[in-house]
Amino acid sequence: MSYTNLKRVDLIFDQDCNPKEIIKNTFAKNNDQIVNELLESGLKGRGGAGFPTALKWKYTAEQPEPNKYIICNADEGEPGTFKDREILFKVPQKVFGGMVVCAKVIGAKEGFLYLRGEYRFLLPELEAQLAKFHADLKDLKIDFKIKIVMGSGAYICGEESALFESMEGHRGEPRNKPPYPTVSGFRSKPTVINNVETLVYAFMICMHGARKFKELGTADSRGSKVFSISGDTPKAGIYELELGMTVEQFVDDFGDGDTKAVQVGGASGFCVPRKKFKETIIGFEGVPTGGSMMIFNSSRSMYNVLHNYLEFFEEESCGQCTPCRVGCQQLIKGIEAVKKGQKHANYLEHLQKLAQTMKITAKCGLGQSVANSFFSIVENFKEEMIY
Amino acid sequence: MSKKINLKIDGISVTVDEGTTILQAAKQLNIHIPTLCYHDDLCIAGNCRVCVVEMKGSRTLPASCAMPTSEGMEIMTNTLKVRTARKHIIDLLLSEHNAKCTTCYKNGKCELQELASESKISTESFIDLVPHKNYQMDSYSPSIIKDDSKCIRCQRCVRTCEELQHVSALSVAYKGDKMKISTFFENPMFEVVCTNCGQCVNRCPTGALVERNYLDEVWAAIYDPDKHVVVQTAPAVRVALGEDLGLESGVIVTGKMVTALRRLGFDSVLDTDFTADLTIMEEGFELLTRLKKALVDKDPNVKLPMATSCSPGWIKFIEHTYPEYLGNLSTCKSPQQMFGALAKTYYAQKKNIDPSKIVSISIMPCTAKKFEADRPEMRSSGYKDVDYVLTTRELAIMIKQAGLDFSALEESHYDSFMGASTGAAVIFGATGGVMEAALRTAYEVVTGREVPFDGLNITPVRGMEGVREASVKIEGTTADWKFLEGAELKCVVAHGLTNAKKVMDSVRDGKSSYHFMEIMACPGGCIGGGGQPIPTNAEIRRKRTEAIYAEDSGMKIRKSHENPEIIAIYKEFLKEPLGHKSHELLHTHYKARARN
Repeated sequence: MSYTNLKRVDLIFDQDCNPKEIIKNTFAKNNDQIVNELLESGLKGRGGAGFPTALKWKYTAEQPEPNKYIICNADEGEPGTFKDREILFKVPQKVFGGMVVCAKVIGAKEGFLYLRGEYRFLLPELEAQLAKFHADLKDLKIDFKIKIVMGSGAYICGEESALFESMEGHRGEPRNKPPYPTVSGFRSKPTVINNVETLVYAFMICMHGARKFKELGTADSRGSKVFSISGDTPKAGIYELELGMTVEQFVDDFGDGDTKAVQVGGASGFCVPRKKFKETIIGFEGVPTGGSMMIFNSSRSMYNVLHNYLEFFEEESCGQCTPCRVGCQQLIKGIEAVKKGQKHANYLEHLQKLAQTMKITAKCGLGQSVANSFFSIVENFKEEMIY
Repeated sequence: MSKKINLKIDGISVTVDEGTTILQAAKQLNIHIPTLCYHDDLCIAGNCRVCVVEMKGSRTLPASCAMPTSEGMEIMTNTLKVRTARKHIIDLLLSEHNAKCTTCYKNGKCELQELASESKISTESFIDLVPHKNYQMDSYSPSIIKDDSKCIRCQRCVRTCEELQHVSALSVAYKGDKMKISTFFENPMFEVVCTNCGQCVNRCPTGALVERNYLDEVWAAIYDPDKHVVVQTAPAVRVALGEDLGLESGVIVTGKMVTALRRLGFDSVLDTDFTADLTIMEEGFELLTRLKKALVDKDPNVKLPMATSCSPGWIKFIEHTYPEYLGNLSTCKSPQQMFGALAKTYYAQKKNIDPSKIVSISIMPCTAKKFEADRPEMRSSGYKDVDYVLTTRELAIMIKQAGLDFSALEESHYDSFMGASTGAAVIFGATGGVMEAALRTAYEVVTGREVPFDGLNITPVRGMEGVREASVKIEGTTADWKFLEGAELKCVVAHGLTNAKKVMDSVRDGKSSYHFMEIMACPGGCIGGGGQPIPTNAEIRRKRTEAIYAEDSGMKIRKSHENPEIIAIYKEFLKEPLGHKSHELLHTHYKARARN
């Protein structure tokens, strides 16, 4: 097997551009042109769920309500993800640029950046950058303002509707959907809420055109993506890589030679075991990811890994819906009981059925995605769960 | 006309209005989908997930209470997938729930128990989480007991306290496995803004929020040969008690209730309606006096609008929320407390009974009355004026405990005296009733004529609108009341504390110029009180209200000042409204309380 480096891409962090210029040029286009370019590029949301960005903007633009909002979701809380922090640190003007372009398309006068509570250290620099951005907009005679809102440390507030609740001063709890944010979001007004990275890509597509983006990736997963790589790797860090690679290719590049499993997409993502490295594509056709890649070598106990994720969910569930609040407690108590021999090994099957119920009945994506890591770890490392 | 939507539920086609939820559409087809966090009176939460259904084309099972219908939708409510999920969810709730059902106050009246029984969950399939929790029990309040170990986090109480009452004494605290329903800094309910209205108790599906019951104390008093036990029954009890004893909503059971109380062993069965009439006399004259002070004497210190003071939930609300308006409250005690004060004075004297031997019990539609009876001001007889307050629900329990076949009981009349009442007193039980009763008397006092409404029915103050305004033009006044000639008496009625807040805000902001406000803490007034039979919803409250007004129209005397026992008590004991004795026994004062 040849040891190859994956293709590095430099769209996100490329400093060789003039955001003010891009805004000016983009504002010269009409909204349909911008949306069509975005649609053509195939850009999907980089937060993990992968909704086509152009459609989100289009649906919001179509709402007759005069007050609309663009919100940048910078509540980066998924375990193992730290790429938005880097983006905000290095290229904040591109993030703001993506927001103002979206504002033009949907007709928003106000935007918000919801910053993860733990990223407060970024705030002074971001505020300074924002002042510069607002000055640029004034030059360009564009009527749009961004306000930075601080989160308070709850993972669930990264869920878009819980984020709105938090911004409105309420307890961070996901809402019932529908209505979706495009119809009724922040302050019950049509709202586009995009991940930090998505906004930068949208902005880069405005600069370079759809083709340059589309050249990268696969039919289902266009473009590149910023990955947060951690765990048993000699090269932990932030990398922008073309989408469509297999886990095997990824491990060849980033593993330590003894990789046992890769957790793709953080605690709410999927665990890929060694035997499935070759067949598993990282992307929307395989395992989607918001960017977190955690590499485990053979020294790691997958029971401990799962236990750790479940502890995280047990604590970070907002607690409102039954499947998530009680389900998480049962999963963690259940695997503990099996490990200690208090419950028979076939209790794991009972727990898998429970995880299935959580996946289809929980109110929001958090509760629904607990099953992802649970299934993929229990199924592939069953002996580690029992012995 | 709203847009129509066609969909199929369990293969049956149905057409509904746009905006209808799956749950509502299923109801139209008489398909029952179990629910827990859903309540007719509250906004949709969609958090228990018991009502999930299968929707064609959807990966997930949506909650039918929260999912709006859409054209061409196909819903299955009873598939194996739904059944498995629902059973899991109920099972999960049970694993967090202290399921000692046989010793639970709500045993047999618990929605979770009912669901578990329906799902036939026979073995505990999940690990019991209760030993891992540090569940707390708050039993400091004289009105409400909160037991977290019974709570299923449906947040009905939270929504009730916020939406209906604008109090938010209860809200969600912490997250994840530690998420719980709590109070400001987890203080006991007794020490926070809780008004004791008990609306949360009415809507709690389990035994997590219940009234503090005084069953044992009351039975002990009844069987104490040294004690003379007097019982009074509030107007709203007689139109709701039947619901807890196998009868339909809206059946008037006054006569059977009186018989039942005698059979239970109470020595004297009397009527709070008597003191409701007395309240009208005192409060009516208080209003007229304030008007005179304001209009004739130009006294700048007189406080208008004057607000009613019968509802102890409302009293505690204003004490916490608008303490600067305490002077606007009528100084009249509530009918319960007037009764209590008279039971151990007037009644004791007339019957020649040592007041220390009297145990005074009241049957109330209310949990806040328990708190009210405990207030230190409520001892003007020299004793605790009302010893124990039972809710309508507790009375129903006593009747069952005594083995009485309620519907087979003969009807009988209240004892005399302090047992006679009027239609005016009966309508105290419905929102707008105190206002109507007061107007019937006050108008006649100042003009010598009946209120100019059809058959004494002052319909503008009736109904279920949250805030209702009415004005009465006073014409043809008698010599003593000439100063009111041509005056327009502006009145407002509000029920539910959220509506009370609206009225108070408009008063505070100078947007209204009312003279008289009737405010009841509970939706619908006392008929919807926190001590009434469970469940409650708009339909049930409407039926109880209809019964109240039917009782009023059926009464021979419908004006408080014509109650012969009221005439007698003024002649023999009180002398005149607002007189010395009245002030001693029938009036009170209030205290400002913290806003948290």
